[in-house]
Amino acid sequence: MSGPEIFARIEGARHERLGREPATRLRVEQASYAYTAGAHAAPTFTLGATSFLAREREIVAILGPNASGKSTLLRLIAGTIPPLSGRVELDGEETSRLYAKTRAQKIAVVHQESSILYPSRAGDFVLQGRYPYGRALRFATREDIEIARNALAQLGAEHLWRRAIGELSGGEKQRVILARALAQQPRLILLDEPTLHLDIGAQVELLERLRQLAKENRYTVVVVTHELGLVAEFADQVVLLHLGRCLRVGAPADVYHRELLEQVFEAPLEVELGPAGRPRVHLRARRGDEM
Amino acid sequence: MRPLTARRVVWTCIGLGVLLLAAVLLALKLGAVPVSVSDLVLDLGRIVIGQADALPTDFRLIVVDLRLPRIVLGILVGAALSVAGASFQAMLRNPLADPYVLGISNGAAVGSILTLIVAPRFALVTPLGAFVGAGATILAVYFLGQREGQLDTATLLLAGIVSMSFFSGVIMFLMTTMTGRDLRGMAFWLMGDLSTPVSAAMQWIFIVGLLVGVGAIYSTSADLNLMLTGEREAIHLGVDVTRVKLVVYVSASLLTALAVSVSGAIGYVGLLVPHIVRLIFGSDYRLLIPASALCGAIAIVLADTLARTIVPPTELPVGAMTAMAGAPVFIFLLRRGLR
Repeated sequence: MSGPEIFARIEGARHERLGREPATRLRVEQASYAYTAGAHAAPTFTLGATSFLAREREIVAILGPNASGKSTLLRLIAGTIPPLSGRVELDGEETSRLYAKTRAQKIAVVHQESSILYPSRAGDFVLQGRYPYGRALRFATREDIEIARNALAQLGAEHLWRRAIGELSGGEKQRVILARALAQQPRLILLDEPTLHLDIGAQVELLERLRQLAKENRYTVVVVTHELGLVAEFADQVVLLHLGRCLRVGAPADVYHRELLEQVFEAPLEVELGPAGRPRVHLRARRGDEM
Repeated sequence: MRPLTARRVVWTCIGLGVLLLAAVLLALKLGAVPVSVSDLVLDLGRIVIGQADALPTDFRLIVVDLRLPRIVLGILVGAALSVAGASFQAMLRNPLADPYVLGISNGAAVGSILTLIVAPRFALVTPLGAFVGAGATILAVYFLGQREGQLDTATLLLAGIVSMSFFSGVIMFLMTTMTGRDLRGMAFWLMGDLSTPVSAAMQWIFIVGLLVGVGAIYSTSADLNLMLTGEREAIHLGVDVTRVKLVVYVSASLLTALAVSVSGAIGYVGLLVPHIVRLIFGSDYRLLIPASALCGAIAIVLADTLARTIVPPTELPVGAMTAMAGAPVFIFLLRRGLR
């Protein structure tokens, strides 16, 4: 275990002992962004000032329909674009100012689809997550291989190590891609529509795993999605976006109000409170469709 | 699965080096005038121990003065084109990319010819003209090959083929307007040929340029592995994409320019060789780059030997051999990719 990890563990144990909340990890403060075609052109899309805080072990869902600004917010958090105004900080450091490799050691980004041009073994792919830690030609060290294998094992997929990526099923591929993110040993994992190509069983499995990983490895997880039902079930915090504006931030029960969701998703919805205090969303049939 | 180690890269290169040596010996032996293996080994031994003066005259003329320089040129050109092809394939995320298919070789040829017209006495600056031609072409093809802001396989290939035929026209035009000059023929520029001797100075320029170009590309090979999975992902894994692109495009253009300025536009080597290497050794660029360089050298030496010996005493341009082998493979890969 490395020095910082030990400190982090001690720190976490102290918080638990004192019964305090874990420290804030991600701080998004009045962050905004605007896309423009040219230097003097009017912006084609703007994301209005958005603020929220996320602690370690927390799952934050960025929720909204298409073109609501979810991906832009994800890029702001990832630090690949600097905010037009406001700040995005991870453990007190502005993400967009970090050196590319340092950033990759702290933030892992998982995209909905990872295309692989040439046939490659799953193990080689997971080892790519060790890139930010290497020098020059980055031949994998014994430690790298151990970390990569562990990452697969944590997702129950160690048996995929030798398999060619082209032969994997959708769910298996998803696990390999996630394992690469774990191999980066990040503090923050960002997922862009991770459930898009998965059937409902695999979606639930993935989110359960994420919750477990966030707990065990002390990650902060930010998921971009439009899956209302899954967010209600798994997120600790929801950031609701609509047409580039942040409408509400809070626990699912605080954000899931029928009128608000109907306005954002433009669909007739029913919201009820489940037994665990988590809201449940149903599609309400339109009167004309009722049989 | 054992991840790639430095040791495996070194041993693979040593193995391929031995194969290259065998190919060179074969190329020295075969030709319109056959030389026996025992004579060859004996006489080469004399050269090695510094008794070159004691060589029989005909051996010296045929093997040392005619065949050997051509083989050396083939090695340099094959290595340069193969590494350039492998690099373009990673940069453009297109397995069909090759300096010839993308029109970059013909662009470099136009640059070379223009330099020869403007400064006929300074043969050593032709690679510079070729470099400008290659660089301008790759820029043009890169932008023409985009659709809705994204590189598109089919559009990129069409852009390449269009620029190739455009530059072919320019080459023919330039060649017909310059009569009576001491210039290499049209077949040389359009097909590629190793029969034109190259000055010793030019050989040294090539060797230094090759080492610099391949070395620069090799230094980015870990980054290239990540760029294959997509630029966005490479950025998230900490790759300085802008720097890698600059280094690789400039170096690959340099390698293409060097090859074209001494041998014309030899096609399909940069396509064929990296693919064969990928099939045998896998797609890790840390092994793919040096293995492609060596296999490219072997491929050109063998192809040129075949070109020299297939219809003796006539010699075919080596580009004819590579095109006959490469075009069917290109079609095969294209169909497999589109399916």
